[in-house]
Amino acid sequence: MIKPFALAMLALVSTGVAAADTPTTLMAHFAQKTGSPVSALSAARGETLYRSEHPGRAGTSVSCASCHTANPKHPGRTRVNKRIEPLAPAANPERFTDVAKVEKWFRRNCMDVLQRECNAQEKGDFVAWLSQIK
Amino acid sequence: MNYLLRGIGVLTAVGTVSLLAFSLPSGVAHGDGGGDVMPRLTHKNWQQECASCHLAYSPALLPRASWQRLMGKLDNHFGDNASLDPATQADILRFLEANAADVGTSQIGRRVMRMGAKDAPLRITDTRWFVGKHDEVPRAAWSRKSVGSAANCAACHSKAEQGVFDDDTVRIPK
Ligand code: HEC
Ligand code: HEC
Ligand code: HEC
Repeated sequence: MIKPFALAMLALVSTGVAAADTPTTLMAHFAQKTGSPVSALSAARGETLYRSEHPGRAGTSVSCASCHTANPKHPGRTRVNKRIEPLAPAANPERFTDVAKVEKWFRRNCMDVLQRECNAQEKGDFVAWLSQIK
Repeated sequence: MNYLLRGIGVLTAVGTVSLLAFSLPSGVAHGDGGGDVMPRLTHKNWQQECASCHLAYSPALLPRASWQRLMGKLDNHFGDNASLDPATQADILRFLEANAADVGTSQIGRRVMRMGAKDAPLRITDTRWFVGKHDEVPRAAWSRKSVGSAANCAACHSKAEQGVFDDDTVRIPK
């Protein structure tokens, strides 16, 4: 479903509107906020965050994988059933290239799933896990 | 200024983006093609922020008061968190208000209002206009797995993202 709209967004990105972040600079960004080196980030903890089930609406449970699927290299679905491009940079190089976008979705989705915001450590772990997926 | 002129203004301003985002049906006098084509509108923040979870619903499908209610509580948006920074939120609201069913000049907007939407519904799918247009769609189709929700216009309208809702491009999936 890469429709003209998505192409338009690509056009926007490629005209240089988006910041030139990479998964590596974002890991450094989050690590710095925790006051620890990047090497202290844990891909294993990132995967746990991704897969942990939490109480959702109407007796269901919810996790990051509910929308992004068990395999983050696969496309997911929103609650309105629209396609979500894969979250892993290996399958979608657009991911983790714009800190403002990344922070916006962490805020929304952590509130949605965990009922609270994620801290810098969790965000760093999450990016660390996704970016080492081949 | 009519929609076409305004549309051209915006088109030149945002160039490639709008051309890619909306194909131009030929021979349309108003900004829309009547009952089955949405007004052609471009607005960067709206297209960027309101199309990630569903398609960017045309502002002409709800009155101004609906958009004000909806944009006032994005942190609980039909159960999802769709919150935005205040500047972006205000910018999108201005755009939605200016093109709302009871403000803009689209034929669709006029129809939505004529059918009655004074109570400022939060859902397009709750308007009498929507219900009327879909009275022949079997009830079970809405909850089919391939559709998921009536709000998932693109499941049945293959050119919904281009604003086209005519008979030739609609098919209820199995
Ligand atoms: C209700 C569905 C849903 C759930 C649950 C969900 N996400 Fe997302 N997520 C989305 C959507 C939609 C996007 C934006 C899609 C796009 O940009 O194409 C997104 C994008 C993101 C991004 C932006 C990445 C980038 O650079 O583009 C991050 C980070 C993210 N999600 C993290 C999470 C985390 C962490 C969780 C679990 C705590 C989670 N998501 C759960 C729907 C969801
Ligand atoms: C984080 C995901 C997300 C984002 C971002 C989002 N929405 Fe929604 N929206 C939803 C969900 C979920 C529903 C409920 C759909 C359903 O019931 O199937 C919805 C429904 C709607 C509806 C009602 C559809 C109907 O049933 O008639 C409107 C109108 C709407 N959104 C407008 C907007 C606008 C305007 C924006 C941008 C400011 C926006 N949305 C951004 C998730 C989102
Ligand atoms: C389950 C499939 C389905 C979904 C989802 C759906 N529609 Fe439709 N829609 C139809 C069908 C089928 C028709 C044709 C009805 C007829 O001609 O009798 C139609 C007709 C229409 C028409 C009238 C077109 C004309 O020729 O006058 C409009 C406008 C429309 N839909 C808009 C929407 C919008 C906006 C949404 C999402 C908010 C939506 N539809 C969601 C199936 C669907």
